[in-house]
Amino acid sequence: MQIVDALSDRTGHGPLRALDPRLRIAAAALFALVVVSLSDRVALLTALGLAIALMLAARLPAVPTLRRMAAMDGFMLAILLMLPFTVPGTPIFAWGGFSASAQGLAKAVEILLKANAVVLVLLALVGSLDAVTLGHALARLRMPANLVQLLFFTVRYIGVIGEEYARLRTAMRARGFRPSNSLHTYRSIGYLLGMLLVRSLERSERILAAMRCRGFQGRFYPLDDFAYGRADALFAGLALMTFACLLIVDRVHVTAV
Amino acid sequence: MHIVDGVLGPPVLIGASLLAVAGVARGLSALDTESIPRAGLLTAVFFIASLVHVPIGPSSAHLMLTGLMGLLLGWAAFPAVLVGLLLQAAFFGFGGLTVIGANTLNLALPAVLIGLLARHVLARFDISPRSATLLVAGFFVGALSFGASALSVAGVLALSGSEFLAAARLILIVQIPVMLVEGAITAATLRLLLTVRPELLPAVAGDRLFATEHTQEA
Repeated sequence: MQIVDALSDRTGHGPLRALDPRLRIAAAALFALVVVSLSDRVALLTALGLAIALMLAARLPAVPTLRRMAAMDGFMLAILLMLPFTVPGTPIFAWGGFSASAQGLAKAVEILLKANAVVLVLLALVGSLDAVTLGHALARLRMPANLVQLLFFTVRYIGVIGEEYARLRTAMRARGFRPSNSLHTYRSIGYLLGMLLVRSLERSERILAAMRCRGFQGRFYPLDDFAYGRADALFAGLALMTFACLLIVDRVHVTAV
Repeated sequence: MHIVDGVLGPPVLIGASLLAVAGVARGLSALDTESIPRAGLLTAVFFIASLVHVPIGPSSAHLMLTGLMGLLLGWAAFPAVLVGLLLQAAFFGFGGLTVIGANTLNLALPAVLIGLLARHVLARFDISPRSATLLVAGFFVGALSFGASALSVAGVLALSGSEFLAAARLILIVQIPVMLVEGAITAATLRLLLTVRPELLPAVAGDRLFATEHTQEA
């Protein structure tokens, strides 16, 4: 199933495979913070270039990954499309009585570059991990144990519930259900989701009973042995230098303009 | 309604993140070993629900059901939303990383507040699972938390810069039909859940959904 595939290990055999998951998370987070603080076009384009390089290094399939990166809510897209018309500045073209400003267009491009660079690095460094490994790494990075356990249960059962959903949807289709703009559709989908809730609550009771019977005391033992090695130190050093360069380029260009 | 990275200004980003951390901490304190499996399963259902697209007019929208999350999970809706957004950002490329606090806040805070309010209403009145009253309550839980989330998104955008004001206003108008559909589906979902498991109604209303196992043991 597609969802389960996305949540399982997809690293392939790229050079990033051996990197410590904790380092991947930390690097992605730091990259995001650096990129969001940039404002120079050259620095942002460099950041996006780096993100694409990382995607290739992670051996992620290029086309689906780029499509995933570019997929944005229609809502976000509307905001970006309106920016040229709402930011005051030098008009570059007019459309239906509204004039678009160069500054607005620049702002929209800036947001596009930032958002896509961050998402791509996140997909390359963190998204290629197994979701369970991600949980263990977050636990080692001091994320509260409760939250990590919630993540584990969610990840574990998304696949199960997803399949249950698909089965119920098939059953509905077999009975001639076709989604349309009708109260009947909304009610049927509501009942479908209600059924999922009923089943998942019952399942959670069975899970809890099974865990109790095995003497669960509220702790998961991380099975992953994360080892921070020489390759990790090298990657960390390179990453820090790159981030510093990005920030310097940004400063220099901003003051020059 | 995922805001992406690079839109919000630093003060808004930091403020929203701090509030989200407080909400998540409050939610985590409500969870223990016994209730985490249940919360995790519900989070998984809501994650799947958020992938369901329903036709609305000529277009379609994906569900959120955050109001129902607030009603069933209470404050635990905060960590549940955070987990969902984390998975969506890291594995599906939806949303962003620095905005994850703001996105959590926009979705979870209205859900929790309206969910808790709905619990009070359900506790006060004797409502049967098949009654029209429950449908109305479900509709308002779904529609209001969706609407409040849209307002909240518009709010953080407007706080980040006046150039987003027009877009924010447009979003609010466009989201009205989605809000109504969200309400209708929430009502149907709640009705089915409580018709099949009527004993959940007092548990939900009295904030005991995550404590039923304890009372059985006692």
